Amino acid sequence: MKIKQLFLLSCVAFLASCASKVPLTDLPSVVDRTATDQSMDGKNASGTGGTGSNAANNGLGISTPGGGASSNAISTVDAGSNNVTQPDAGMLAKRSIYFDYDSFAIRDDAKAILQAHAKNLSNKRSSKIALEGHTDERGGGEYNLALGQKRANAVQEALQLLGVLPSQMEAVSFGKEKPKSTGASEEGYAENRRADIQYK
Amino acid sequence: MTLDMNPTALISLLRRASLGLAIALSSHIVCAQLTVEIGGAGSAQYPIALMGFTGDAIADEVNAIVRSDLNKSGLFRVLPEAQKIDYAQSPNIAALRSAGADTIAWGTLNKVGAGLEFRLKLQDAVRNSELDNAILTLRADPRFAGHQIADRIYEKVTGQKGFFTSRLAYVTHLGRESVELRVADWDGQFPQTALRAKEPLISLSFSPDASRLAYVSFESRKASIYTHELSTGARKMIANHRGTNSAPSFSPNGTTLAAALSRDGLAQIYTMDLNGEKLRRMTTSAGIDTEPSFSADGANIYFVSDRGGQPQIYRMPAAGGDAQRVTFTGDYNISPAASPDGKLLTYIARRNGRFMAAVMNLTTQQETIISDGSADESPSFVSNSQFVIYASKQRGRGVLTLASVDGKVRSTLSLPSADIRDPAFSAPLK
Repeated sequence: MKIKQLFLLSCVAFLASCASKVPLTDLPSVVDRTATDQSMDGKNASGTGGTGSNAANNGLGISTPGGGASSNAISTVDAGSNNVTQPDAGMLAKRSIYFDYDSFAIRDDAKAILQAHAKNLSNKRSSKIALEGHTDERGGGEYNLALGQKRANAVQEALQLLGVLPSQMEAVSFGKEKPKSTGASEEGYAENRRADIQYK
Repeated sequence: MTLDMNPTALISLLRRASLGLAIALSSHIVCAQLTVEIGGAGSAQYPIALMGFTGDAIADEVNAIVRSDLNKSGLFRVLPEAQKIDYAQSPNIAALRSAGADTIAWGTLNKVGAGLEFRLKLQDAVRNSELDNAILTLRADPRFAGHQIADRIYEKVTGQKGFFTSRLAYVTHLGRESVELRVADWDGQFPQTALRAKEPLISLSFSPDASRLAYVSFESRKASIYTHELSTGARKMIANHRGTNSAPSFSPNGTTLAAALSRDGLAQIYTMDLNGEKLRRMTTSAGIDTEPSFSADGANIYFVSDRGGQPQIYRMPAAGGDAQRVTFTGDYNISPAASPDGKLLTYIARRNGRFMAAVMNLTTQQETIISDGSADESPSFVSNSQFVIYASKQRGRGVLTLASVDGKVRSTLSLPSADIRDPAFSAPLK
């Protein structure tokens, strides 16, 4: 699930990068490891992400796990490991809104995701969601909890502007307490700087 | 140690000197016990001869606890003396003096009613004068009785109250979904599990009488504040407002909790009673206000705010009013806790990318970094204001560190295969 989200996000990042002023530096490194998803997804041609530095995608749905352009290695997939993109999986399947370091601004690459969820929630007023803010591991637990809340609040405000009722949402925070990635690297930190949309 | 220094001068010397320590570990419950390692080299300790106790059959067990406490405090070096001397007898002071003892302790333990009675004698071997001659009424529990005797010796020799009857609470992370809240003796020994959880627990705060803890649990898939009575296990969710409910901290009189709630947007400081009622908003800022902590006299609340653009520590009257900034060094100072004697403030300072425990003298504003770590969290004082306990990382694993307020003595408490975090040190038990 995590890998699929990463890949989908990277597609969005690429699409968004045409319009975005800010280069999205934290996404390309994950693309090559998820390329097996691409054959199921119509957007696979854009799968190499925002910087163009990664030549992993050869357009045949074969990935190069090491990330190098010279490798012909084929990644092994466990059937049933839930890394196949479902046909109905569109923007609604994306549940994570990522943030830049020390930032609480909604990035351009998140707007289509938010619009899809706003539309869904506006059409179904009985639906309720939690917005769960997260931070990377650096710094104090309590201050990070407050920073994660600030991120969740930012997503809540964006959804409210798109027509979702405040009564359909609760913004909460896990701070740094439940990291998705435990790696102490910039990629790991970037993965943890996010707010997740959880349907209740 | 020089020969004829008075206790005050000794304390003053000790504050400046590096201290070392020998460790005795009891190994009854090895897998669950914290390992204690003392860092910091030096020789400026109080050398003491602790004679074997006479009297009741548990006297040896009690004696071992006293020896362990004094050694682990970092301030004493207990000589390897095993001879038993009755309270009414006199040890060979000249011989013990030449063996290196500055102080000699001996005594007799007897059961009296439901408890214990200990007749303690303390002799200043340097001046050859009596330091203490007391009848102590103790609890029947040999461990606690040993801590009580060690407290008395610590106080008579150093001039500071002992903290050996305090409890240490901490959170262990045994796996990704296995968290335990444990309460142990002051040195992490004899831990008891107060709570098992699948979701994180953070921000422990002892009530002033040490009977209960307040903390933040994520068990309802968001941060909520609970109180937990340790003897009964009775828990009460006292703050579960919209958003994040966190950073609980007891007032010194035990009737009020300060906390950070995001119910009205960003985290702000509130106070409430122990039922979570009588909610009062204490701060109204455009930024994040969190981590409230009362001063020892209850008159002020220290807290963290990024209203100025970066997180810094502020102080406001507990009755309400304007906040004043307290920290001015660096661009990231969080997690304040004031000392029980009102003179010091401990907090986490980010300096050159490292998060380190610091102590500020509130009179002079002088800051001392007391840590050599880089990912410290959750500092607080022990009851005599001479040590700070905080969470730190060693080789990627969470450990606890007990550091003297001058940063010269550091003991590390660790578990073999688990993270330990969020320490809280109680007042001495009565």
